Amino acid sequence: MAYKTIIEDGIDVLVVGAGLGGTGAAFEARYWGQDKKIVIAEKANIDRSGAVAQGLYAINCYMGTRFGENNPEDHVRYARIDLMGMVREDLLFDMARHVDSAVHQFEEWGLPLMRNPKTGAYQREGRWQIMIHGESYKPIVAEAAKKSADKVFNRICVTHLLMDESKPNRIAGAVGFNVRTGNYHVFKSKTVIVAAGGASNIYKPRSVGEGAGRVWYAPWSSGSAYGLLIGAGAKMTQMENRIVLARFKDGYGPVGAYFLHLKTYTQNGLGEEYESKWWPQLQEMVGKEYLDPELSHRTHRPIPTCLRNHALISEVNAGRGPIHMVTMEAFQDPHLEEIGWHNFLGMTVGQAVLWAATDVDPKNENPELTTSEPYVMGSHATGCGAWCSGPEDVSPPEYFWGYNRMTTVEGLFGAGDAVGGTPHAFSSGSFTEGRLAAKAACKYIDDGKAEGIRVSDAQIERRRQEIYKPMEHYRVYRNEITAGSVNPNYINPRQGLDRLQKLMDEYCGGVTVSYMTNENLLNIGLKKMKLLEEDLEKLAAENIHELLRAWELKHRQLTSEAVLHHTLFRKETRWPGYYYRGDALKVDDENWHVLTVSRRDPDTGEYTMEKAPCYHLVDA
Amino acid sequence: MPTFVYMTRCDGCGQCVDICPSDIMHIDTTIRRAYNIEPNMCWECYSCVKACPHNAIDVRGYADFAPLGHSVRVRRDEEKGVIAWRIIFRNGEKDMNLLAPITTKPWGQCTPKLKEVPAPSKEMRDSQLLFNEPKYIRLDDGGLHTLESNGLKMQAGVCY
Repeated sequence: MAYKTIIEDGIDVLVVGAGLGGTGAAFEARYWGQDKKIVIAEKANIDRSGAVAQGLYAINCYMGTRFGENNPEDHVRYARIDLMGMVREDLLFDMARHVDSAVHQFEEWGLPLMRNPKTGAYQREGRWQIMIHGESYKPIVAEAAKKSADKVFNRICVTHLLMDESKPNRIAGAVGFNVRTGNYHVFKSKTVIVAAGGASNIYKPRSVGEGAGRVWYAPWSSGSAYGLLIGAGAKMTQMENRIVLARFKDGYGPVGAYFLHLKTYTQNGLGEEYESKWWPQLQEMVGKEYLDPELSHRTHRPIPTCLRNHALISEVNAGRGPIHMVTMEAFQDPHLEEIGWHNFLGMTVGQAVLWAATDVDPKNENPELTTSEPYVMGSHATGCGAWCSGPEDVSPPEYFWGYNRMTTVEGLFGAGDAVGGTPHAFSSGSFTEGRLAAKAACKYIDDGKAEGIRVSDAQIERRRQEIYKPMEHYRVYRNEITAGSVNPNYINPRQGLDRLQKLMDEYCGGVTVSYMTNENLLNIGLKKMKLLEEDLEKLAAENIHELLRAWELKHRQLTSEAVLHHTLFRKETRWPGYYYRGDALKVDDENWHVLTVSRRDPDTGEYTMEKAPCYHLVDA
Repeated sequence: MPTFVYMTRCDGCGQCVDICPSDIMHIDTTIRRAYNIEPNMCWECYSCVKACPHNAIDVRGYADFAPLGHSVRVRRDEEKGVIAWRIIFRNGEKDMNLLAPITTKPWGQCTPKLKEVPAPSKEMRDSQLLFNEPKYIRLDDGGLHTLESNGLKMQAGVCY
């Protein structure tokens, strides 16, 4: 194959993935490294890439300290209870104390933030959310990143990170290929900030056929944040903490604005309130400390997202579905009706299309809700990601190794979905994490930590061979058969994805088993996952587009394997409503009030698991 | 609703190919026009619909759950800074026009060039502050929150 090798040398800060985390990283890196070489490698087009490509109708993480609304520690406590205690509170506090400065700059750049006409403060949707006209959120922040970067490489699928050969466990750049030209791209860099996406499409979706694209998280979120980091031997944390979303049925339209701003509420198929009847039984599973409806009512402490899912799932399984969102009251107000529709057009157009297609006017009928298939990501109400260092003025010794947001690989940083233990970052928090990582990366270089990096031609050539192998495999075996996609020597990326989704669904708590798994199932799942991993060596790609899907699948597979190992390791049901360990159906604070940390040995593929202490922010 | 392309309107300019986040809008080599090569990887994000200069791209709800006969069309205007939507129901009984701002500033002019701002001092580098901080945190003279300033500490173990 005559693809060229294009080497970009002498990079100081390489940003892999330019969603909200990556744009924040590239933007900020220029300030701390005005003479540094900053390069972005993006799989799509930076103007419309990442989870915010479509836009957003709210910024879900804004403290509002300026308006006397919240302090950072308030947000930490909120994230703590929502995730049943399992969060990195140093990272959360750090994100929360900086996030408002990002939002205030967005407003200056032209992002339309709504204002409350009475108070002059930003229009609140809920305690943490502010409402925006965010159709162009992504192009606006992309503009800031483009001005900071020396070069933006669009349409580069980064497949692997490069490792230094003079010092073990130190980063040296990344490699990938251009999904248009097919050319091989090598980025030699002193630091890498992985700001790629979490994972949709690793669990069998509820939809079939075409509708498989209507996933809750973007279909292009291919778990590359995890695939790249795991592949480089970085330690991961909380990978068992997948998320299940309660959303409008089929379209997966968002419910935040509906609950918080439009004051709509849920009921079962008989028109009854159903949540509270599940609380006593659930309280026995998780303990009063995590579920105390009276306390929640009194103090406005939220009931964790997963527990509310549990009530919905249980009610449906008890035969009293479907669950409805009661919109008919709120939508009589024309102003609220308009907000309800704008909310979809701003971030999930597909839900508007579905209601138009099915003649669902929420003014006249209450739409159905459902729970989604699980997703693995780290910036919504879930905290999968890499085990990263925190800031030196907040982090205890176990959480600190020199540079903020640096993974356990030297010079390798994370932002957004890539950082573990930091749920509820959302768009603004991911952007903020990118900024924090960028400052730390520049400091790492200025401290002389990136001297003497060596990357051999052999390493570069080895990766090249590996990247194009699916195309080579196709070329060799294609003509053994007459036509079609059935071949005894290979599977194509779609076939591999289907197998991965079925495996994860059935053995690791997907939607068709009502999110249930146990030790036996997980062990079978791991065995089958090994076979899939072997077969992925025989993946065949007919063209460059399929090569892109092949590498997305490999990243999803690495992500999924980590999810299996972590789910097996944590012998309890920490988040009922996200998943259930049938062989350990209770929260077990005595043994499992800890963060789970894994490492996959890049040479052997072997996993090691450990527990890390869970620190909480308390009054001094 | 995966996207599709009207034969008579598309001139094969490739704007949709350039913008699609999922890499699924491609140019057919025979008819030299764009089409969706992989509808089950389409998020119906409308990036291509908005980018098409000829309004040649539309969306038809996902075949597995959306009946035919609906329409959600859009025009996005960067110069005017607005986006206009029209939603028509399958039964024709609802026909909505919705308008929203997409920016408050002229495009691309209000993001700063950080190469040209004064370089951070050593003191700033050694602090926990980011660009434009502490000012932009609260837009007052206050500093950055710390454990000390907020009377907090980190403590291992169970806490609710």
